[in-house]
Amino acid sequence: MINNPILRCLNLNKTFKDSYAVTDITFEISEGEILAILGPSGCGKTTTLRLIAGFETPELGSIEIAGKLMSGPGTFIAPEKRNVGMVFQDYALFPHLSVIDNVGYGLKNTGQEEARLRMVLTMAGLVRLQNRMPNELSGGEQQRVALARALVRSPNILLLDEPFSNLDIKLRQQVRVEVKDILKNNGVSSLFVTHDQREAFEMGDRIIILNEGHIEQVGTAEDIYEHPNTTFVAQFVGIADFLPIYTTANTTQCALGSLYIKQNLTNMANVTLMIRPTDTSICPSDQGSGTIISRIYQGAFTLYRILLNTGDFVHSLVPSKQKLQIGTKVNLRLKSDHIPRCFEGDRAINIA
Amino acid sequence: MKSLIDSKSFASKTKQNGSMWVLWLPSMFVVIAMSLPLIWLFARSIDAGSDFWDLVLRPRTLSIMLRSISLVIAVTITSALIAVPMAWLTTRTDLPYRKLWGIIAPLPLVIPSYIGAFLVVIALGPKGLLQDGLDLVFGIEQIPSIYGFTGAWLTLSLLSYPYIFLPVRATLSRMDRSIEEASHNLGKGSWSTFKNITLPLLKPSITSGGILVALYTLTDFGAVSILHYETFTWAVYIQFESMIDRSMASIFSLILVLLAILILLPTTLYSNKGRLYRNDPGTPTLPPPIPLGKWRFIATLFCIIVILFSLVIPMSVLTYWLVRGFEFFPSLTNILTATWNTFSIAIIASIMALVSSIPIAILAVRYPNSWTKLLERWTYMGFALPGLVIALALVFFGSQFATPLYQTRTLLVFGYLILFIPGCLGSLQSSLEQINPRLEEAARSLGSGGLKVFLSITLPLLRPGIMSGLALVFLLTAKELPATLILAPIGFSTLATLIWSNASEAFFAQTAAYSLVLILLSSLPMIFLISKRT
Repeated sequence: MINNPILRCLNLNKTFKDSYAVTDITFEISEGEILAILGPSGCGKTTTLRLIAGFETPELGSIEIAGKLMSGPGTFIAPEKRNVGMVFQDYALFPHLSVIDNVGYGLKNTGQEEARLRMVLTMAGLVRLQNRMPNELSGGEQQRVALARALVRSPNILLLDEPFSNLDIKLRQQVRVEVKDILKNNGVSSLFVTHDQREAFEMGDRIIILNEGHIEQVGTAEDIYEHPNTTFVAQFVGIADFLPIYTTANTTQCALGSLYIKQNLTNMANVTLMIRPTDTSICPSDQGSGTIISRIYQGAFTLYRILLNTGDFVHSLVPSKQKLQIGTKVNLRLKSDHIPRCFEGDRAINIA
Repeated sequence: MKSLIDSKSFASKTKQNGSMWVLWLPSMFVVIAMSLPLIWLFARSIDAGSDFWDLVLRPRTLSIMLRSISLVIAVTITSALIAVPMAWLTTRTDLPYRKLWGIIAPLPLVIPSYIGAFLVVIALGPKGLLQDGLDLVFGIEQIPSIYGFTGAWLTLSLLSYPYIFLPVRATLSRMDRSIEEASHNLGKGSWSTFKNITLPLLKPSITSGGILVALYTLTDFGAVSILHYETFTWAVYIQFESMIDRSMASIFSLILVLLAILILLPTTLYSNKGRLYRNDPGTPTLPPPIPLGKWRFIATLFCIIVILFSLVIPMSVLTYWLVRGFEFFPSLTNILTATWNTFSIAIIASIMALVSSIPIAILAVRYPNSWTKLLERWTYMGFALPGLVIALALVFFGSQFATPLYQTRTLLVFGYLILFIPGCLGSLQSSLEQINPRLEEAARSLGSGGLKVFLSITLPLLRPGIMSGLALVFLLTAKELPATLILAPIGFSTLATLIWSNASEAFFAQTAAYSLVLILLSSLPMIFLISKRT
C-alpha cells in the first residue's frame, strides 16, 4: 500500500457480452508516478481506463481519486466531475474547433484561463499551430493537441489510451520522449495503456501486466523482465524458452546440464527453467547438443534459434562477430552469472 | 479519405484513352434534357418583355411568395425539431425499444403529401371524423378550419421530417463516440456536450436534410392544393389549367426555380468545408447508452405522439374509409390497370435514370477536371426544377417542336428522367467514391479492357449504389403527382392521378382504395432504402 495514492482501484470487476472484461483489478498510483498497463489486445486495458474515467460503471469494486470515492457501492461520480484527463487512442479532437479552441474547451471562466491556456500551448509547442483545424495537423501534432487539451485543467491524473499507436514508428520514439518530458516536468500522475513492451519499459515507472482481464504482475521493468511471476509475463516482455527440469534426490538437471538449486523440487511436477536469449553462449562443435535452425541478424547481435537434441527449442543472442551458418552443430552453455528462474506449470517458483 | 483524394488525382493524371466519348455522349443527352426547362423559362420571360417586372412586382405575386416562403420556413423548422431529438434519442439513449423507433420513424416517407392532405381533410376538416365525434359527444358543431396554412404546415411537417431524421441518425451512429466522451472528460455535462460538440457536428446533416425538406415543401403541389393554401405550385397549376395567362404561369415558375436555387445554395458552401474527421479506433468500444432517468417517460411520449400523428392516425383514417366505403370501391380491373401503369412506368423510369446517370457518375468521380465538374454541377441543378415546371416546359416543347411525342408515355418518362436523375446520380456517385480505383487498375494490369473491367469489377461493386438509385427513382416516380398529371397521355391513369381526381371530387372511398395500393407499392423500395441505411 502506498501512502496517499493519487489513484486507488480496489477489486474492479466489469463483464461484457463478448470480451474486454476485467476481474479483480487492484492497484495504486502515487503522486507524480507514470504507470503503464501492458497487455495483448482484448485483455481489458482500455476497459480499465474507461472505468477510471467514468465512462463505464464497475459491477464490483471501488475507485478513489485523490482520496475521493469516484465509483463504489452506491456511489458514481459522472465523468465530467472527476477531473481526470484523458488522451484518447484516436485523439478525439473536436473536428469543428481550432487547436486553441480544442485545448481551451475544458477551461472554466476563472479570470486566469487565458494565462493557463497560453502556458499549456507553449508547453506543448502549439503556439504557432493554434489557429489550425485538426484535419490540418500531422499525427504528432494532433497527439500534442490531445495531450494539451487533457492537461489544461490540471487533472488529478492523466489517462492515456494507446497514445502512440497512431503514429508511425520513427515518430513514435521521438514523441514518447517529448511526452515523458512533459509529464515528468509537470509532475503529472499518469496511467497509460499499451500493447508495446518497449513503450511500457521506456515510459512507465512501474508496469502492470494484464492478461484476459486480470493482473498477472505489477512491478518495475527490471522486476518484470528478470523475475516474471508467470510464463505468460516472461514471454510477453521478451523471448523466453522453457526447458524441462529433471530432479533426483541430489541433482537438478536440464537439457543444458546440471543446475545448482538449493530448493528441493522433487515433489513438484512439470517444472521448467526459463532461458532468456542472453543467458546462453554457443560454440560450434560436431558433437554439439543442438543445431542452428534459423538466424536473425540484428546488427550488433545475431539471434539464433537452436533445436536441442532433446527436441526443445532455445534462442540465443550472440555478438554478431561470431558468424555461424544455419545447420551448424553447436554446444550451448548457460553463462556462469545466470540466476535460474524456475516455473511449476505456468507459475514461478520462489527460489531463495 | 486522404487516399481517396490521392487516387482521384492519380486517375486524372493517367492518360485518358480515346473511348471517353462513350461516357460523354450519353452525358450530353442528360445535359440537354436538364437544359430544356431552363430554356423554356428564359424564352418565356423574354416573351413577357416589358411586362416582366410588372408581373413580378404585382401584389399577388408578392403575397404568394410570402405564403410559400413562410410555409417553407415553418415546415423546415418543425421537421428539424421533430427529427433531431428523435434521431438522438434512438441512437444515444436508453429509450425503450429504440431500435424499433429507429425503423418506424422514417416510414411516413411512404405517404405522399396529397394522400396525407386528403386524410387530414377527412379527419379534421368540416364534417370530418373529429368534428362528427365532437358533435356526437359534446354537440360541438364547428372546429377551427384545417384549410390554409395550419393544415399545410402540419401535414408537410409530419410527412417530411424523415428527410432530416435519416441523415442525422446516420451521422450520429457513425460519429466517433470518443469525441463526446472527450467533452465529458473535460468537465462538460450532457447538455453542454450536445450543444457545443454534437450539434455542430450534426450541422451538415441537419442542413442537407433541411434542404430536402425545404425543397419538398416549396415544390409540393398535392398537399397545398388539397388544403387550399395558395403557393407558387398551386398558382402555376391554376394558371396553366385555366389557360388564360400562360406567361403568368412561366413567371411563377421562374420565381419558383429561383427560390429552389436559393435553398440549394448552402450545399455548395458546405461541400468546401472540412469533412467529418475521424480515425478508426483500434479497440471497438460500445459505450453504454445515456440514461434518460426521469426524462425517459417524456421522451417515450414524444416519440409516441410523433408516430401517432404521422403514421398511426393517417393509416387508421385510411382503414376506416376502406371499411366504411367498401361498397363504393373501384372495380378490381381499374385498380389493377392503375397499379400496372404505375409500376411499369416507374420501372422504366428508374432503369432509364440509372443508365443515364452511370456515365456522369464515372466521369465525375474517376476523371475529375473542370469539364466533368461542370457536368456534375449542371446535373445536380435538376434538384432545383420542380415537377410542375418540368412538365410545363415539356408540354411547350412537345406541342411546338415534337408533336409526335406530345401526349405519349415517352414524354412522360422523359419528364421523370429530368426530375429524378439528380437523385439517382447522388446515390451512384457516393457508392462509386467508395470503390478504390486501384481495384480497376489491378484488373487493367491483369489484361482486361475498359469494358470488361467495368462489367466485371466496377458494376458488381457498384451494386449497392445501383440498387438504392433504382429504389429511389421507383419510389419518387410512383408518388409523383404534378408531372404525371400534366404529361400523362389522355386515358393513361396511374394511382397518383386517380387519387388526385377522386379526392378532388370527394369520392373518399375510391381515394382511400387507390391510396392504400400506392402506399403498399411505395413501401417495397422504401423498406429496401431504410434497411440499407441502418
